[in-house]
Order: sequence, then C-alpha cells, then structure tokens
Amino acid sequence: MVSETIELRGHIIDSLILPKVLDQILTHRANFKIDEIKIGERRADQSFARIEVSAETNEGLDELILRLRQHGAEVIERANVQLASARADGVFPRDFYVTTNQQTFVRFGGKEIEVRPAMINSAIALDRKKGSARAVKFFDVNKGDEIVVGHQGVRVVPVQRSTTHTDLFQFINTIVDADEPKSAIIRELGQELRRAHKAKGKIAVVAGPAIVRTGAGQHLVRLVEAGYVDRLFAGNSFAAYDVERALYGTSLGMNPDLAVARGGHENHLRAINAIREAGGISAAVRQKILTRGVMYACVRHDVDIVLTGAIRDEGPIPGVTTDVIEAQKVMRQKLADVTHVMLLATVQHSMAVASMVGPAAKTVCVDIDSTAVERAVEHQPLQSIGLVTDVEPFLEDLADYLTDSRVRE
Amino acid sequence: MRELLLCPPNYYGIEYEINPWMSRARGAEAALAQKQWERLHATLSNLRCEVHLITPQPGLPDMVFTANAGLTVGRKFIPSNFRHKERTGEQPFFAKWMEQLDYEVRWLPENLYFEGEGDALFGGDALFCGYKFRSDIQSHRALADILGCLVISVELVDPRFYHLDTCFCPLPDGAALWFPSAFDDYGQRAIREHVTGLIDVSPEEATHFSCNAVVIESDIVLPEGAPKLVRTLQDRGYRCHELPMSEFIKAGGACKCLTMFMPQRESAL
Repeated sequence: MVSETIELRGHIIDSLILPKVLDQILTHRANFKIDEIKIGERRADQSFARIEVSAETNEGLDELILRLRQHGAEVIERANVQLASARADGVFPRDFYVTTNQQTFVRFGGKEIEVRPAMINSAIALDRKKGSARAVKFFDVNKGDEIVVGHQGVRVVPVQRSTTHTDLFQFINTIVDADEPKSAIIRELGQELRRAHKAKGKIAVVAGPAIVRTGAGQHLVRLVEAGYVDRLFAGNSFAAYDVERALYGTSLGMNPDLAVARGGHENHLRAINAIREAGGISAAVRQKILTRGVMYACVRHDVDIVLTGAIRDEGPIPGVTTDVIEAQKVMRQKLADVTHVMLLATVQHSMAVASMVGPAAKTVCVDIDSTAVERAVEHQPLQSIGLVTDVEPFLEDLADYLTDSRVRE
Repeated sequence: MRELLLCPPNYYGIEYEINPWMSRARGAEAALAQKQWERLHATLSNLRCEVHLITPQPGLPDMVFTANAGLTVGRKFIPSNFRHKERTGEQPFFAKWMEQLDYEVRWLPENLYFEGEGDALFGGDALFCGYKFRSDIQSHRALADILGCLVISVELVDPRFYHLDTCFCPLPDGAALWFPSAFDDYGQRAIREHVTGLIDVSPEEATHFSCNAVVIESDIVLPEGAPKLVRTLQDRGYRCHELPMSEFIKAGGACKCLTMFMPQRESAL
C-alpha cells in the first residue's frame, strides 16, 4: 500500500466536502485514516481535516489524489529519505535506519518505494536507477551503496489484524501458561491449519530435538503425512537424534520406550556415520537405510528440509548448512512465502526464525520454558500465540485433531 | 436603492467558444442584442435601481457579462481571476472601475480561479459558491477568510450550467429557485440542508436560463420561456418581468450574467 497525506480546510462539513472526499476514497478502493480533525465551533468557523489516503498502487493513488484536489484536497509534501554511502564493504553509515519486520516504505523522488523484503534488524539500501529499496544485512552491503540514514521519509505500516473471519490469532495474541487448559486452543489451531492448507498457505515447522527425545516425533510424522508441513527447519542435532531413533531406537543413547538406556553416545555417532556413508538423508531413504522417523517422512512427502548447524554439532549430517551467514540467507529465502509457523521446543532456532519470518505470518510457539515462549512471541505481537507446555502432548493433540486418528506405533 | 453594474454590448459578439452554448457558426445578432440589453437596462432602472455603466472595451466581447467582474460585499470588491485567457483581459478594467468608485479591491491569489458573482451568491446566512467548471473550490476558502462568513461549496456537474448563477437563484425570503441536476448529490444535499422552500425548475425551463434572474426585492427579472416557473413565483407573491434574451443565451448568459450587484450584500454576516 502506498499513501499520501491530504488536508482539507474550509466549510467542509456544511458543504459535505468531507464526506464526499471520504466516499470517493472508498469508491476508488483506497483507504483512509483521519489523522486529525478540527470542527469549527461557530457557524462561520472553518473546519480542518488531515487524512492519510492509501491505495494499492502509485498510479491508483495519483489518479485518486488528482480527483480529490478538485474538491480542495491539498497534498502534504513529505520529505525524501536521507542517504549516506557505505564507507566500506560490510559497514553501514553511522545513524543508519534499522528496520523492523513490518512493511516499510521509503519516500524518494516524491514517490513511495516499498522496502523488500520486510526484514528485521537490517539497513535499507536504495537503488536510484531501479527505483527500488531493499533490506540489507551487514554481509550484503558494499562500499558506496546508498543507505537510508535517520527516520525522515520512512513509513512503517503495521500488519492489520484479520477482519475476514474471527480466527484464533485475532483474539488471543497471548501466551497460554503451563497451568491453563490448552485443548480448545489446539483445536482452534487445528482449524486454522486446515484453512491454511486448503487455501494453499505454506506451513513451516521449526523442530527442536526435544520432539524426538520425548517421543513426539511420531505425532510430527502424522502431521507430515497428512500434508500439514510444507517446510521443516531444524538443526543438525534434530536430524541426528531422529536418525538415531530410526536406526537404533535411542536418541543420544536414551530409549524413550525403556526406563534404562543402553549404548550411550555410541548410537548417536554411528547413526550420523550411516547417513554420511549413504551420502545424505535422501540418499539413505532411497537406499532403504532410513525407513522411519521424521526425516524419512519428510523425504517421502516432499517436505522441504532446511537444516542448519551449531558449534557443538557432531557430523554434520550432509546437507546441513554450517556457515551461519549462508544459513541466514537460506532460511530467509525459505521463509519468504511462509504463512504459518510452528516453533516447537527450540529456543535458539525459534528466535532466529521468528526474527526472519514476514510480518503477516502467523506464529505458534510451544516450549516448556515460559521465557523462551515470551521471547519468540514478542517478535509477532499481533499474530502469535504461545503455549507453555511439553511439546509431546501438544503434538499428540494436534495430530489427533488433524488426522482424526490415534497413534499407530 | 440597489446599485447595479452593467456594461453596454457595444463589442459583444461570439468570437470564441468557452462553454457548450457558444458557437461562432451561430453568432449573435448585434442589433437585436443591443435591443435586448437596452430593455434589461430600462427594466432594472424602472425597479428603483441605480445602474452604473462601465465603458465597454474592444476585444473583450464578454465584458457585457458583468456578474463575472467580481463579488462585491459592503465596500469590498473581490475581482475575478478568470479561468479562460479570453476573459482575463477584463480583470484590470473592472478592478480599476471599482477602485475609482472607492471600493476596497481585494485580489485573491493569482493561482485560484474565481469568476465573481457568477459563482458566488448569498442565500440566507450563507454564501453559496459553485466550483469545478470555472471557479476552484480553493477560492471559496479564500473568500471565507476575507468575508468571515459561512461558504457552502457546491460542485457543478452539467457543463451547460457552468456558473452557479445559471442554475441557482436565491430569493429574499430565504428560498431559492434551482435546477437540481446541475449539482452533484452532495451539492444537492448541502443546498437542501441550508435552503428552505426550494423551487425546482424543470429541465426545459432551466435551459431557457430561467434561473439566471435578477431579484430586486419582490421583482424578478428573468428570461422569457418559463411559464411554469413564472406562475409559481407569482403564486408566492413575486412580480415577474420576462425579457427576450435569445442573443445572450447564445453565449451562455442572460439577465443575471449581465448584472452585478454593488454590493450583493451590505455585510457578509
């Protein structure tokens, strides 16, 4: 949405100029927000209104403004953004504008340009020739790039809450604590995911190793099989635990089905080695080495798997991106079209994804640690819910609801 | 006694086309125009009006339409800023004339089009102003600043009724005659909210410029060709003076366009 601010003065109430202007805005499929209005007290007093008019395209807005001018609307000239050149590769000018994850526009040459992508904690680089603006990270900036400095000419448009149907995210936007009931919310979340699935939305799951260790992997598998997972984001350890569980029945030596564990860390390393030997997870599935578990289900159901590494990782499993800058790029790219995200039992990975996901995406964070939930949820204050709970019963309930079945294992 | 400004039609003729009525192919007949104007002059003079005559100027054929000279309120004269360059030459002559008669001349900013009494008529306690074809709505705000009165801006939507005085004529009792479809919906609603006792003029009679009437207390001087309107006005106690105006209607004007009040009101409030 692009916008201009107009002012109307005069006897705009008695002459019905104000309602006429507002009606014209709406009939041109544009929107308005009255920033300020002063109604004259006495009969001869003039009134004043300042109105922000927003339309889908610059052309549509220009045409509308031209019409509104006929009725006395005066356009408030907004200042252009201020720019400064990057002095060196990887270094922003001082006082660079720091982005939020909300839709942002910069004004340049009298036009509004949308900053793409909407990405938090970045700077904005402006390309005069192309008339485009993009959010850039440190590693993206080159010496001489023109970067927006200060706040002048920058406009941020917060995401509007859904008004088309009363969904879970519209009313809750909050955290459900450990001692509060969750089944109704899980049911509503299930309905939301069904709607998303039907509307060809993209559902991403960010999975922590606790899913495997608590034995909840089987429930995640049911969601994958039913088509409710389009992309899986996880660390090397999640994949390794899942593979170990599939191959040896343990995760980091522990068997969730037995009270006493056997084998210790050995199984973990043997599992990683088996995947490395096969040439990767997909290859292991093809070679029938890997025949069960979350990774197996994802390969079989064409779920996009995005694995990134950490310092303490063993392996890594082939296909894991271990360069952190590269990992950020890949994750951003894979999150660009995601509409729903489930952040499940992983603090660091959830925080990373929550900071990269677009402002319109709806987020659910599930973790046993309330602080982790709070930190992930605050990135999307209008579109997220948090559940403080063990991930296992959560996934079980959700999978039961969405697949209408009990566990097969 | 009301004072009026008229301009003899010595140089009147249809020399350009700036409204849908004008056609150089169908020019005005000079002798007949002269006769029709003299009759208007005589009628108004007989209605206890003091008629001032500005000296007509060659090359300014529309100067005869003095309603577009400007707007006079008390001793203030607000000259027009014509939209069409064909008429801008009239501005200095009218301003100088009014200045010589000791009126305080208050120009509007040059960039605001305003065509005088043609688009600004007092009715009740408001000044009704038309906009879009000739005057800009921005000029209305400037008028409100100068005059300190309520200004009702109404959009004109029918190019045949390009000035407010071609489709709206306030009466001394607070009512008005008007041709509603010359205005957009909001303009119609604004007028209905501020004027009681509106008299609708039919489309056939409106095209005879029936709304373009000069009202001097209970006397109404209007073009002939509106028998229904005349009957309505007579029923309301007005005396109607119907005049032939064919040669001026060819240029898109009639009785009111040929007349400017000096002043239209003693005070804006």
